[in-house]
Amino acid sequence: MSQLDKTPSEYKRLIKQVSSDDSLSKKVTKAYIIGGLICVVGEVIFQLLVARGIPVEEANPLMAISMITIGGLLTGLGVYDRISQYAGAGTIVPITGFANAVVAPAMEHKQDGYILGVGAKMYGVAGPVLTYGMLTAFLIGVIKLVFI
Amino acid sequence: MNYLLAFLVGGFICGLGQLFLDLTNYTPAHLLVILVVSGAVLTGLGLYQPIIDFAGGGVTVLVINFGHVLAKGVLAEVERLGFLGLFAGILEIGSIGISASIVLGFLMSVIFRPKE
Repeated sequence: MSQLDKTPSEYKRLIKQVSSDDSLSKKVTKAYIIGGLICVVGEVIFQLLVARGIPVEEANPLMAISMITIGGLLTGLGVYDRISQYAGAGTIVPITGFANAVVAPAMEHKQDGYILGVGAKMYGVAGPVLTYGMLTAFLIGVIKLVFI
Repeated sequence: MNYLLAFLVGGFICGLGQLFLDLTNYTPAHLLVILVVSGAVLTGLGLYQPIIDFAGGGVTVLVINFGHVLAKGVLAEVERLGFLGLFAGILEIGSIGISASIVLGFLMSVIFRPKE
């Protein structure tokens, strides 16, 4: 299942199970190609929106919503985890990977109920991402407020 | 040209991510946190917009961009509201991605069962 909400030791064990004996350069190449292709999909969606006369400031978030929806749906269908076993970081670094990090634990922990399972576990990976992203942004705001 | 740059730059960052995962003992969650923090820092330094202008989807599709929108929101609201902007601004634009992920996460967990 999901690789994303695992502790370092769990992750290592999981990776040993599923990862092939590919050399480092082969794994990096796979990540490069799949990650690059996901970016191209996003760029296509973005260009289609802009071509329809949607301003850039709206086209970017609409593209992000589309990519999150695609990533979430593919996770639901079990396809995303299969791609990510092949592509590694190529499926983690794009925003579809963030969607996967929210959707996969939510599904996996459904058995624990909607409150303590789905509702709580959804934030297993999104939580730290939000926490440190927001703290960094806050700090940048403070610097701007005080020094500029 | 847009598509080629998106592929090359986006793929490059994903390749770096793969190196990070393989050469260290950190997990994908660490990678995502690092990406978001770097996006925010690059935005704070004023370096992020030039990268978007150059690579387009090569960075806007990545999780780095989430850090960018968090910092961008804060900077805009601090400009407008001062102190209050520190708190009002962080999720100003970032809320879009978060909301979409949470709605999707709930819907998918209702509809689908995990496959082993």
